[in-house]
Amino acid sequence: MFKKELFFWVTISSGLVILAFILVPLVEMMTAPSLEMLTKTFNDKDVMRSIWLSIYTAGLAALISFVFGTPFAYLLARTDFVGKRLVESIIDLPIVIPHPVVGIAILSVAGKNHWIGQIFHELGIRIMGSVTGIVTVLVFVGLPFYVNAAKNGFEAISPRLENVSRSLGASIFSTFFRITFPLAWRSMLIGIIMCSARAISEFGAVVIVAYHPMIAPVMLYERFEGYGLKYSQPVAVWLVSICLILFLILRVLTLRNRKDI
Amino acid sequence: MIRIHDVNIKLGQFQLSNIEMTVKEHEFFVLMGPTGAGKTVLLEAIAGLIPVTDGTIAIGGRDVTQLAPEKRKVGIVYQDYCLFPHLTVQENITFGAKYHSIDKARARARFDRLVELLDLSHLLQRLPENLSGGENQRIALARALMVAPEVLLLDEPLSALDPRFREEIRHGLKELHANSNITFLMVTHDFAEALSLADRAAVMNEGQIRQTGSVNEIFQKPQSTFVADFVGMKNLFPVKFHNTRAHTEGLEFELERTPANSRGFVAIRPEDIVLSREQFVSSMRNVFTGTIRRITDMGLYYEVAVEIKATMFTAIVTKRSLFELNLREGLTVNLAFKTTAVHDF
Repeated sequence: MFKKELFFWVTISSGLVILAFILVPLVEMMTAPSLEMLTKTFNDKDVMRSIWLSIYTAGLAALISFVFGTPFAYLLARTDFVGKRLVESIIDLPIVIPHPVVGIAILSVAGKNHWIGQIFHELGIRIMGSVTGIVTVLVFVGLPFYVNAAKNGFEAISPRLENVSRSLGASIFSTFFRITFPLAWRSMLIGIIMCSARAISEFGAVVIVAYHPMIAPVMLYERFEGYGLKYSQPVAVWLVSICLILFLILRVLTLRNRKDI
Repeated sequence: MIRIHDVNIKLGQFQLSNIEMTVKEHEFFVLMGPTGAGKTVLLEAIAGLIPVTDGTIAIGGRDVTQLAPEKRKVGIVYQDYCLFPHLTVQENITFGAKYHSIDKARARARFDRLVELLDLSHLLQRLPENLSGGENQRIALARALMVAPEVLLLDEPLSALDPRFREEIRHGLKELHANSNITFLMVTHDFAEALSLADRAAVMNEGQIRQTGSVNEIFQKPQSTFVADFVGMKNLFPVKFHNTRAHTEGLEFELERTPANSRGFVAIRPEDIVLSREQFVSSMRNVFTGTIRRITDMGLYYEVAVEIKATMFTAIVTKRSLFELNLREGLTVNLAFKTTAVHDF
């Protein structure tokens, strides 16, 4: 097309710069720790506990987003109403708000001097410094990714398929489970992956709401502060590796199932 | 039977108003109109997929205005088939069976009959995505008929098909209608389809029904300029009537009868106009002389525009007569039509 022109070389070289910018630091970090350090960290109970806590809380956040986000995403995909743009912008708010602000905002309603915080206190639910608090924060930051992905999935399905299903005698619920869900589940799974990926990387909001119990990014930060770069690298390697493996498994599952459809 | 009484539908900017329409039991009824006339909206309202603002819709004597779509016994077939892409052909056809308490043997018999009638037996285990348009539309028909609806709604079922499949599905529709007691209501913007399939029809435009009647009646006796134009009466002139004569800009037409009103329109089909270079030796009462202004190749025929005293007539001639008469632009020709070809309203 525009091969061999100067413009072509500009596009290529900027592409290479970007790839290098992303890959060089990551590869450097992944290859820096020695095998011995890696084994030692792997056997460190605190490290493994924090990594599993990260995965577990992020997974829970994704599950909650799935349960509440799916019907809402369907509503957004299928209806038009006054103020829909506004509602969609509200959904996107957690993406643009600075992370520590999220933590502060959640603590402002969870404290004892707010009526919501009082109800929580009455019920024995603690946000500050608890797994509940971590999950709350992760849902807050991850939800938009799930809702948007699921909404796109629903929008891609012609409402006429649902119309036909209903004309054949299926109720709204039957139609959702027999038509909409089987056709949209791939988008929903992508939403779950995006949501949990976002949740697992959250640091700023979590560190304000719950320094302890320690999720992996907080543990990473603590190791870095306390012992320096060399001791935080192996933690990072394990966190990234385990996450990559989990996402890879999910991806493989999706790809395999795409052939069925 | 479908009875639509004084139905109004508001849908954003779009609006259907005062829809009054009755489709008789086991009739093949066609709803015609240009794109954007509101035909699909009306169809989806009958199916219960779009709520009506006011008015009533009854199917088989039962008021269904407030009923959910799944309880109306109305099947719907769309132009783009809308087969469920994740289900096999067989699963598509039998999708609705479990919602209707039909016993297994009867369901099986119905399935076998539809599969045979629509020639689908070799496709049953396939997924819809790689099948042809004609095959897809046959599957969509089988799926809708499998639940034995009282009414089958067809939204331009032939428009997306190649001409050779179109013929096949058109034939299939006719046969399915003859072999069942289901009422067919089909939407189309193609008048030829309506002529070949339907008993009666309605013409819609801009959210309103303009005319209802037998297809022939609409074809021969349109009651408005819109319908006249829609059914291909290209020669449409505003006139003043005087006994059996109609006057327009220096021209005078002879009519078959005396119209009731003093002003109105006359409409003449282009295919009812005869062109000749010789003086006409015939009983035709409407004979004029004019100049050919434009000849347009329409594929199988030619459209010839003839100007007579500032009025433009459109006539249709075959390729053969075009060459035999040696017609060309600028030529003076004689033009004639029978009094029976002049429709007034």
